[in-house]
Amino acid sequence: MPVSSFPERGRRSGRLSAGRVPWLLVLPALLGLGFLVLPLAGLLVRAPWSALGARLLSAGVRDALLLSLGTATAATAVSLLLGVPLAWLLARTGFPGRRVVRALVTVPLVLPPVVGGVALLLVLGRNGVLGRYLYEWTGYSLPFTTAAVVVAQVFVAMPFLVISVEGALRGVDRRYEEAAATLGATRWTVFRRVTLPMVAPGVLAGAVLCWSRALGEFGATIMFAGNFPGRTQTMPLAVYLEMQRSPEAAIVLSLVLLAVSVLVLVLLRDRWTGTP
Amino acid sequence: MRLSRLAAPLCVALAACACAPGTSEQDGRTLTVFAAASLTEVFGGLGERFEEEHPGVTVEFSFAGSSALAEQLVRGASADVFASADTATMDRVVDGVGVSLGPEVFARNTLQIAVPPDNPAGVGSLDDLAADGVAVVLCAEEVPCGAASRTVLEAAGVAVEPVSWEEDVKAALTRVRLGEADAALVYRTDVLSAGGGVLGVDFPESGEAVNDYAIGVVDGGPEPGLAAEWIALVASPEGEKVLTDAGFVLP
Repeated sequence: MPVSSFPERGRRSGRLSAGRVPWLLVLPALLGLGFLVLPLAGLLVRAPWSALGARLLSAGVRDALLLSLGTATAATAVSLLLGVPLAWLLARTGFPGRRVVRALVTVPLVLPPVVGGVALLLVLGRNGVLGRYLYEWTGYSLPFTTAAVVVAQVFVAMPFLVISVEGALRGVDRRYEEAAATLGATRWTVFRRVTLPMVAPGVLAGAVLCWSRALGEFGATIMFAGNFPGRTQTMPLAVYLEMQRSPEAAIVLSLVLLAVSVLVLVLLRDRWTGTP
Repeated sequence: MRLSRLAAPLCVALAACACAPGTSEQDGRTLTVFAAASLTEVFGGLGERFEEEHPGVTVEFSFAGSSALAEQLVRGASADVFASADTATMDRVVDGVGVSLGPEVFARNTLQIAVPPDNPAGVGSLDDLAADGVAVVLCAEEVPCGAASRTVLEAAGVAVEPVSWEEDVKAALTRVRLGEADAALVYRTDVLSAGGGVLGVDFPESGEAVNDYAIGVVDGGPEPGLAAEWIALVASPEGEKVLTDAGFVLP
């Protein structure tokens, strides 16, 4: 994203050293660029453009898209409620075992999501370690519900928010917080009136990362929430299952996800380049 | 420098192979078998047998929903043998890629209701699957067990709203094994393969949907010779015994 703030420098140096381009760097770079861009271009080439409108308006696509947008937003909201305090705890307090806690928070970041789905099922399932009591006492079973989709998404996406917010918290000048404290503000007031506004860009960036990750969640969702149209079948699940029945429909769904991703990047670009 | 250091022992190894012609042609060969998820146990067992009979040959399996495998093959995945859980899915590969030596029907399978050992919802018939509060999982209709499930449910006139459409039959079975679902429509063979993990409940309408398992050598695969031998093993008395032991019916 910050690339756009250096256009002039790039142009100038490019003109000056045109004869000494290090091909050993440029060739792999172009290869890498092609590798990232070509598959998406292929998606556009193979898209059934003539039938696109009708397919986009079909009830199946609409249900999956609404479910995906709704669950990803709910997962982001939950991640904000729980993740920001967690990030604050990691950045601002020195409790024993903090490094272990930070390592634990990052585990879902590197864990294959499908493993997360298995773990969630074994703990929160109807027969799970905790889910069993929930079911016995209330008759409520979490798997196969929309709530399960949100739980799976929070599990895989919240670490992105925590890491992002913790980084932002470590980056701010603590003298403002100390000044507020010496003027009599409580820790809660300092957090709310001083800290939070200062890390707002970091929170926003983390929330967007978290939202995008939740939107793309597949493995943990299909494992923990199952697959039912309108209830737990999010866009990625729909893409996977449509690929077996009608590849054209899968391509249309993929295009929608691609469009949403590009839209998020465009919105973010303005926000991020606008902040110092 | 580094390459030549590697190359020297390689040459020695190659020379050694040349002295023993009996083994040289089979060294490091791989037979790739794409098979329906419900064949996991049977083919896994036959694979060990095949590797014993063909030293130096490795059998690699990809077990998944038949339609997912068919889709991969049509999109250019490389495999020597394809075994699908119904003939309609095999036909997609016959049309899209081409199949020599077959396709041949080598086994039949019917559906059973799988329930957890304690059968918490008291499922005893297809009708019970439609009762309120019974968490049923079905195979997605794109895969053969899903198509078969729809056939029997339609024949019985039972409308079931599942809690989830699973992508293959093993996924549906796992939901019941873990106790997350009260019942699933799976193949009789899957119930047997789960041992005591699930109970099978017979229902009279199962005869409405008999799945014919078809096998064939995929055109363009790297090992057509080994593929033919694999199919011969499946059709041999030994193969037939493994199939019937697992609950399949021979055609």
